[in-house]
Amino acid sequence: MIPALEHIPSGCAAAGIMNKSGVCISGDAIMDMMSVMHSRSNGLGGGFAAYGIYPEIPDYYCLHIMFDNDSAKREVDSLIEENFITERQEKIPTRNIKEIKDPPLLWRYFVLPKPDKLVAKNMDANDFVVRLVMLINTRIPGCYVNSSGKNMGVFKGVGYPEDIGRFFMIEKYSAYIWTAHGRFPTNTPGWWAGAHPFSILDWTVVHNGEISSYGINKRFLETYGYECVLLTDTEVIAYTFDLLVRKHGLPLEIACNVVASKFWKDIELMSEEERKLHTALRMTYGNLLLNGPFAIIVATNNYMMGLNDRIKLRPLVYGKKGDFSYIASEESSIRKIENNLEEVHSLVAGKPLKVEVNKDVCA
Amino acid sequence: MITIDATNMDSRQLNEKIKESIRQGHKEINIINVLGQRFIGNGIQNGGLKITIHGTAGNDLGMFMDGVDIELFGNAQDGVGNTLNSGTICVHGNAGDVVGYAARGGKIFIEKNVGYRVGIHMKEYEENVPIIVVGGSAGSFLGEYMAGGILVVLNIDSPKIMKADAIGTGMHGGKIYIRGDVNVNNIGKEVVILDIDDNDYEILKNILSDYGNKFNFNAVELLKDRFIKLKAISHRPYGNLYAY
Repeated sequence: MIPALEHIPSGCAAAGIMNKSGVCISGDAIMDMMSVMHSRSNGLGGGFAAYGIYPEIPDYYCLHIMFDNDSAKREVDSLIEENFITERQEKIPTRNIKEIKDPPLLWRYFVLPKPDKLVAKNMDANDFVVRLVMLINTRIPGCYVNSSGKNMGVFKGVGYPEDIGRFFMIEKYSAYIWTAHGRFPTNTPGWWAGAHPFSILDWTVVHNGEISSYGINKRFLETYGYECVLLTDTEVIAYTFDLLVRKHGLPLEIACNVVASKFWKDIELMSEEERKLHTALRMTYGNLLLNGPFAIIVATNNYMMGLNDRIKLRPLVYGKKGDFSYIASEESSIRKIENNLEEVHSLVAGKPLKVEVNKDVCA
Repeated sequence: MITIDATNMDSRQLNEKIKESIRQGHKEINIINVLGQRFIGNGIQNGGLKITIHGTAGNDLGMFMDGVDIELFGNAQDGVGNTLNSGTICVHGNAGDVVGYAARGGKIFIEKNVGYRVGIHMKEYEENVPIIVVGGSAGSFLGEYMAGGILVVLNIDSPKIMKADAIGTGMHGGKIYIRGDVNVNNIGKEVVILDIDDNDYEILKNILSDYGNKFNFNAVELLKDRFIKLKAISHRPYGNLYAY
């Protein structure tokens, strides 16, 4: 087969596992799920999000940051030094494998904002961290924050997901929620900071699809202080949920009615009260409608959620067995790690499927 | 008969092993431990071949196929019978989206539920009339852009009024038979809902007896329930779209 003519069945791979009683499992399982969907990626991006991996220090924000060089790191170090109490900072452990070529510097910082800084800026800790992330991503060249949540972390880069997983040794971590992504970039370059998951605070998003409304979403989000500089459309989804749910206090289901809004033809058939709600949502947040095909898995410390676009232009399947819930682009990837499923079905277009962790579990 | 164990095989390796078995003259191929391998049996032109599969078949099962008889014990993913030319594909389980995409002949029988856009772009030509039968429920955009062929949804153990939307959008040929009913808001403006006549009854009787044999139950009995037919209003719904 002439390599050039080799057919690459395209389409990005997304997967997620959650244990609702908070039982943490090794990264092996999510890597097995991704291996089945190997042909959905083309080696230009792979990544994992893991929740519950820093139990010994659960109340600190853990910043996973990648740097092109030492000078970029020095600038970030001084910025953190000035604004944060640092409990610990260390190189993220990695394993040299030939499939992963010239990785950036990869560090993590366990930090809390200095109280006097919060008072001075009259900001809460979350907003302060978001501000720092945006500052680093835009003002300090050659460095990007991969994740900034508590008791969680994102491990991502250029490569197939299985190789990125071995590179970051994720089999050594134990988490009660794992999500993963294998990238087949459609209209944006494959680069380390452009791999999925995208994250802000404890939000993470993996996405199979194309957001044709990226420009409108980006402009709207910028008016609320979010800077979209990671050259990948998925970025807007993480910031959209942070804005709608954390900042504006919308319930998750309502936020999903913004990104995957009801069609006007269906709104007209609704009850008076529902019609008012959905009309108000579309009028207020029209700029945050995600147009185009998508299948996303959104996770936080407390839950994992799958969502498809309104006309189901990308696959997403849900499976359940006991305390474990699985979401994936293909049923076979779920069956690789659990073939005796109590429940397995495809997600309904535009309808979120959310599975929550029991209350007493998370931070 | 030859048995192939698909464990740890990728799509290419499995399909090469199938084609090698055909070259060796095998008429029956049994494949076990299938887990997501794609294009199983694709592009094979062989009237006498039977492929039995156990496991979860990957996308595009039996794509571009011409004459083979495929039977899957387990669920299938998207694209079952993509551009099927002839032969039968029988799935003892669920199937995903776009079952029978652009099929132009042959039969696809799904025991349980299917996803979205099933039968999209199906077409027919003279005696080449593809038939898709779904035992359970089907999702929205059922029969989108259909130009020919017969699509039957039996809704066994499913809501009497289908939950699907945009049924028959862009349809300009072929017939959709539904056991149960559809809400008038949920059909494309290119189709009309009709009752079934004697000719339809005969067509359905033949199809359901064939379908019943595959899943050993008396499917013809279902004909005592209410069936409706969806047909295209015109065979050129977009004819004046650009001309005027």
